[in-house]
Amino acid sequence: MPLGLLKYGLRKKYQGRRYFPAAAPLRPCYDVVIIGGGGHGLACAYYLARDWGIRNIAVLEKGWLASGNTARNTAIIRSNYLTPEGALFYEESLELYRSLANELGINLMYSERGHLTLAHTDAAIRTSRWRAEVNKHLGIDSELVGVDEIRRLCPQLDLSDKTSYPILGALYHPPGAIARHDAVAWGYARGAMERGVEIHQQTEVTGITIEHGRVTGVETNRGRISAGKVVQAVAGMSSVLARMAGLKLPIRSIPLQACVSEPLKPFLDPIIVSGSLHVYVSQSARGELVMGGSTDPYPLYSTRSTLDFTEGLMGPMLELFPFLRHAKVLRQWGGIADMTPDFSPIMGLTPVKNYYIDAGWGTWGFKATPVSGKRMAETIANDRAPELLRPFELARFDRLQQVGERGAASVGH
Amino acid sequence: MKIIHCPLNGPRNAQEFVCGGEVKFPPAESAAPSDAADLEENTRGWVDYIFMEENRAGVVREWWCHVASGYWFIAERDTISDTFLRTYPSQELMNRPVNNGTGS
Repeated sequence: MPLGLLKYGLRKKYQGRRYFPAAAPLRPCYDVVIIGGGGHGLACAYYLARDWGIRNIAVLEKGWLASGNTARNTAIIRSNYLTPEGALFYEESLELYRSLANELGINLMYSERGHLTLAHTDAAIRTSRWRAEVNKHLGIDSELVGVDEIRRLCPQLDLSDKTSYPILGALYHPPGAIARHDAVAWGYARGAMERGVEIHQQTEVTGITIEHGRVTGVETNRGRISAGKVVQAVAGMSSVLARMAGLKLPIRSIPLQACVSEPLKPFLDPIIVSGSLHVYVSQSARGELVMGGSTDPYPLYSTRSTLDFTEGLMGPMLELFPFLRHAKVLRQWGGIADMTPDFSPIMGLTPVKNYYIDAGWGTWGFKATPVSGKRMAETIANDRAPELLRPFELARFDRLQQVGERGAASVGH
Repeated sequence: MKIIHCPLNGPRNAQEFVCGGEVKFPPAESAAPSDAADLEENTRGWVDYIFMEENRAGVVREWWCHVASGYWFIAERDTISDTFLRTYPSQELMNRPVNNGTGS
């Protein structure tokens, strides 16, 4: 062994730098307690500290950092939604994402690939045109393209009319991107911790203390913590936690599964989605095809994987890319999605004073991480939801004013 | 492959079934709302019935349908272990007196 290297390695001067500051002990009182150490909770803590000067914050995570849906999504970012409320909300997220790597000082591997939502029927063409027109009106880069343009963007697709459901056109969204989801959470976590936020892992909330309609603290497996304000950001377990606060939500917990192939040479630039075939796919930086489909057929709190899912996914995949018939699936996993009746999230105030909710993230949560964090922080700091979040309040169901995104939220529901 | 025991057709492939959601009952039939508060109360009952879910992690009671035969029945299922505990005809639930809005 080269002696120089050994000397270098043993010198105190060159010790490795901790990525996260050392964890602080759990204290009995905080201004804000954020339940859930995933992307949304961490982003919320970061913006509370950065924009609103609220630093006495604890983020409580029952497992480890970003171990839930932040680590299980398929990392797609886009804003070509159907309703003006939805499209404007996700567009702000996309803009935040573009400068996020610089801001957090971490490589998010943010990669703009373009996003093609294939249409195989006249009805799908109609919806695509509708989405394109809504998007363009709001200044979002989105258009309906024909088969020739699809061939130029993605020549690997089987665009012949020999398939069961020939491709007729597509909704093309050039800013569609993918990013490294873990890094988003780590970046926010470090940014928040540097500003004084405490992150407590292995800390599970077991109860919520409410006095006279106002939240005053939380019970945890490590003891009671009193809190001025409490936020829940626990997509996948939203109903269970909300019940502790006496709230009933319009959410069904349904698994969403995904899988990746073995690494292949880079061949697929855009993100390909087909609502009619219930499949979406992108190629990651290390060559794996990241594939997903529709949610499971019934509600469940188990993240088990099923063969039914993989089998059902591969038929349409081979219809789009017949040459993949020899490619192997490397791994498969599931996450629990908060499905709402209108396919939009639930954010903002609740009937319990000082208790805020960030839930209902179904299959669309990762792309909204920055904007939900930033705007939830604003909501908490002012005890008032900003205009952008108003349409997504829990109370929208009492007013019968849903934000219908079923046609644009994901595939095959 | 998962097998579900249909009360009418016996054990069948899970893909032949669809889940119809939690067993819920609509709000009791009421007279036409007389004032705004009455209307709000009325609406709240329907909002709860249409949108809100218990969504329990544990044992749930749901409507299921065997699609091939169009037969609706009740299933009790554990949403943590993904197992069916019991399936039975809906009469078992519906024949007892319930306030299901039909006035009976």
